[in-house]
Amino acid sequence: MSIKGTAYIMGAYEHPLRDAPDISTPQIHAESAKGALADAGLTKDDVDGYFCAGDAPGFGGMSMIDYMGLRNVRHMDSTETGGSSYILHVGHAAQAIAAGKCKVALITLAGRPRQQKFGGFGGAGRPGQLTDGPPEAGFENIYGGTTHNTYGMCAMRHMYEYGTTSEQLAWIKVAASHHAQWNEHAFLRDVVTVEDVLNSPMIADPLHRLDCCVVTDGGGALIVTSPEIARSLNRPKVKIIGAGESPKGPMGGHDLDLTHSGALWSGPMAFDEAGVKPSDMKYASIYDSFTITVLMQLEDLGFCEKGQGGKFVADGNLISGVGKLPFNTDGGGLCNNHPTNRGGITKVIEAVRQLRGEAHPKVQVPNCDLAIAHGTGGSLGTRHGAATLIMERE
Amino acid sequence: MSDTKTAPEAQARKIPAPPVTIESKPFWDAAAEGRFLIKRCNSCGKAHWYPRGLCPICFSDDTVWEESPGEGVIYTFSVMRRSPTGPYAIGYVTLNEGPAVLTNFVDCDFDKLAIGQKVKVKFQETENGPPAPVFSPA
Repeated sequence: MSIKGTAYIMGAYEHPLRDAPDISTPQIHAESAKGALADAGLTKDDVDGYFCAGDAPGFGGMSMIDYMGLRNVRHMDSTETGGSSYILHVGHAAQAIAAGKCKVALITLAGRPRQQKFGGFGGAGRPGQLTDGPPEAGFENIYGGTTHNTYGMCAMRHMYEYGTTSEQLAWIKVAASHHAQWNEHAFLRDVVTVEDVLNSPMIADPLHRLDCCVVTDGGGALIVTSPEIARSLNRPKVKIIGAGESPKGPMGGHDLDLTHSGALWSGPMAFDEAGVKPSDMKYASIYDSFTITVLMQLEDLGFCEKGQGGKFVADGNLISGVGKLPFNTDGGGLCNNHPTNRGGITKVIEAVRQLRGEAHPKVQVPNCDLAIAHGTGGSLGTRHGAATLIMERE
Repeated sequence: MSDTKTAPEAQARKIPAPPVTIESKPFWDAAAEGRFLIKRCNSCGKAHWYPRGLCPICFSDDTVWEESPGEGVIYTFSVMRRSPTGPYAIGYVTLNEGPAVLTNFVDCDFDKLAIGQKVKVKFQETENGPPAPVFSPA
């Protein structure tokens, strides 16, 4: 497959300012986007792919997607290669379009180096000086938001809307601990009970210490190859059959809904591409920064009805060999590891072990031929990126 | 838990100076005068939060500042119990104008906070920056 002839550049806009003391960097990104969309005869709601590099303030593309209210984005790329990034992005956009991952890709660049006398990028405010960091920073970062209390807000609202209980959330940690006992590298190997979770100290209402993932050092890596290379290697083949991605953020604060995650969109994309459904999955790696993270994502991916996640995870339903959906059989972030506070790669690694039949015998799912890995980055309580991957043993 | 009960006047945690940008400066200048501003779009008519130069709903660049009474209801909240400066409450308020605002709840018993509770804005001093909007029971 080649990108030759698969994509066209249909809009372009060069911002007229050369000295911009009066508008922010996010604003220049947005005005440039608006100009290019107008040039093409499109609107921001047509954009389903967003590309930016390190000049975009915030967390990858998350801050700018939220600032601009790009509600229909299903492909994101923040590859950073300095000044060449945007040429590379055009190539990446063509690849994404050729693969059917997006149809209208927006690439933006903006910055105000002439204004650096007003202070550097990002970080805390300096009294009396203007900054040019993430546009939400002044309105959010000052309130002491952490992963704990922003995910706590999600759990609080989920309990309010659906009657979810702390006991139900605790079952997620219990299942993870049952798996971690067999993992010699796991940070926490002790099997815990629902009572242990409920009796652990409250960290951020309603999340207890044992509702939270571990903090560990560590790392991981993956190799993805062409089919030809895969056939030449003497290892079991894990075929990628579907992928989906989605941002989610307040986008202006209307209809705020903290009980849903981006999995609501990334999940169906991945399942549709793979031609399978949630009930076909033999194993699930589900990002578990907190117990509530797992519960919300399971619902949004379609493993159960929205609001029924509490019932779904209770009574050991996530324990391998016991329940219907074995999850995070390495012990996950809740017990095994969460290297550099980013758990996405370990989710894929354990799914690969399961599909190869190389998980610990005590947790190996028999005839595991279909698996999902799903993750959330950023915060479910503010803005985040969701990614879903469906894999099949060949 | 009894050991985390907080006095009504609590939040010992100091609010750091907000990073002020050229885009948000009018908001913070008004905050220094005790006025709570939101942005409304002249094109689609909707208010949004946090304030932007371009409307995140319709992408018009015709957005204007509007003074708000800062009244609304608690959408959700979480009390941070493990903090070196003592407990504090973070949450979202759904303003009567529509958008939700991330904030702290102050001057209240954290154990009595509830989703749906009516709250109103006030300003709290920050560390060498302009005062920041926080909310307390109306």
